[in-house]
Amino acid sequence: MVVAGAREIADGDVVFVGMRLPLLAFALAKRTHARSAVGFFENGIVRDRPAEALLYTMGDPPNVEGASMCCAMATVMGLLQKGEVDLGFIGGAEVDRFGNINTSYVGDPSQPKVKLPGSGGGADIASLAKRYVVVIEHDPRRLVERVSYVTSPGNGDGPTWRQRVGLPRGGPSAIITTAAVLRFGDDGQAFVASVHPGNTKEAVREKTGWDVAFAADCGLTPEPSAEELRIIRECDPQGYWTS
Amino acid sequence: MHPDGKLLTMREAIERFVADGDAVAMGLALEALIPFAAGHEIIRQKKRNLTLIGPISDILFDQLIGAGCVGRVIAAWIGNVSAGLGYNYRRAAEHGVPRPLRIEDHSNFTIALGLWAGALGVPFLPTRSLLGSDISRGADHLRAGTSPFDDARLLYVRAIEPDVTVVHVQRASADGGCHAWGNLGVSAEAALAGRRVIVVAEEIVDAEVIASDPNRVLVPPYRVSAVVHEPGGAHPSSVQGRYGRDHDFYAEYHVTTKTPDGDEAWRERWIAGLDGRAAYLAQLGASRWSALAVRDERLAAPVNYSAS
Repeated sequence: MVVAGAREIADGDVVFVGMRLPLLAFALAKRTHARSAVGFFENGIVRDRPAEALLYTMGDPPNVEGASMCCAMATVMGLLQKGEVDLGFIGGAEVDRFGNINTSYVGDPSQPKVKLPGSGGGADIASLAKRYVVVIEHDPRRLVERVSYVTSPGNGDGPTWRQRVGLPRGGPSAIITTAAVLRFGDDGQAFVASVHPGNTKEAVREKTGWDVAFAADCGLTPEPSAEELRIIRECDPQGYWTS
Repeated sequence: MHPDGKLLTMREAIERFVADGDAVAMGLALEALIPFAAGHEIIRQKKRNLTLIGPISDILFDQLIGAGCVGRVIAAWIGNVSAGLGYNYRRAAEHGVPRPLRIEDHSNFTIALGLWAGALGVPFLPTRSLLGSDISRGADHLRAGTSPFDDARLLYVRAIEPDVTVVHVQRASADGGCHAWGNLGVSAEAALAGRRVIVVAEEIVDAEVIASDPNRVLVPPYRVSAVVHEPGGAHPSSVQGRYGRDHDFYAEYHVTTKTPDGDEAWRERWIAGLDGRAAYLAQLGASRWSALAVRDERLAAPVNYSAS
């Protein structure tokens, strides 16, 4: 997942990094193919250089040390709103076939079965980045037909929805799971683009909460290279994010 | 002014400036600089029916909710950044335990804009975020609108004006001056929007130290109601240049507070059964505390403010 996440980052991208696994994906991309990528963190950090120590949260002191800028949240969010962020990462409890994400409520919001933590900056990234990638465990309770609550807006109910509701740009470009990489077609819906080594199409179909389509050329997700694995182990020697 | 100026103990500051029913903004720098010591004193003083305001708050809001201090939250995210869900938040939102909780959902950007509106003295600020999100559906504090200049669809975020804003900073002076650095999130706008401001500082310095670098001041000193000297007061969150984040503490909290009984025991051990932060740090233990300490220096280059 970390390697697949890192490969979504193109050299020169401005990336809204977010929480958890993408912290390591960004560190990996900066050390391999995307050395000039710029990282945004919603607590107000802008980084050109990767942090010198493993980050457990975006607010850890190593993320401030050597930062390009430390500013207000509204400053980085403002640049996101202005259209300067190429890619954002979002985690989620549930994502649906249109890339809509729920991190707020399972069940009726006035009487929730489970109260999830909420948006954080996720809904802002989904609303305003040029593209966003969802990182999530592959489980039928997580990849669902339709989310019951849209915290972070994806393609809504189809390809023209974002424009209709007034969102200025963007939308989901990939869902990276523990079993596969899904991408989005012209119909605004996710399809399986590749299956991670060790998984089968049948298993991925069973673990997806809707009748998911597969790309005609759906093959295996490329294995991590020796260099990528070496850098991940160097950045995260205890395997905090990868074990 | 009295030589001690606005300096108060934590107990005095919370007694005097946080009342039942107040809207309290805290945890404004996201994962860093969270004023846990202030939150724990609020719990010890059994404040009730508070509205908590903050973007992500980490486990501080979960603790205050579990202690029964909170009637409403205005937040983008409440949980445990290391472990995910916060059990007290879930119990309150799902079952009304220990008391029912009203939730005013925001995203990080909209809470920042609400506080900026409060700081700027306008009733709302517009954004292009959250259009189509269920966060804004039927919400009283987030309303659909259009731009008067180009008809763009917008969301109007209602101003947020906390009764009291609590910030944790590296250093402050007795007159209310303070310096904070690192990732500050929405600290400045919240301190400008709050009717009262409590500054909790790792170190108390002479007013001249603060005046030597006015660009680093978070809020004009006249707006500050109280200055509290509380070293280690942000643990288990980090303070840039002083100590790192105690990640294990968050993981332990997550495990212990899974049940109401476990939560009660945790609160007794770390909050109710202690008389303040010094006792808390003693219980944490010298070896664990010193392992978090920053040892190296990475000093900023000096800047010349001279006018002559």
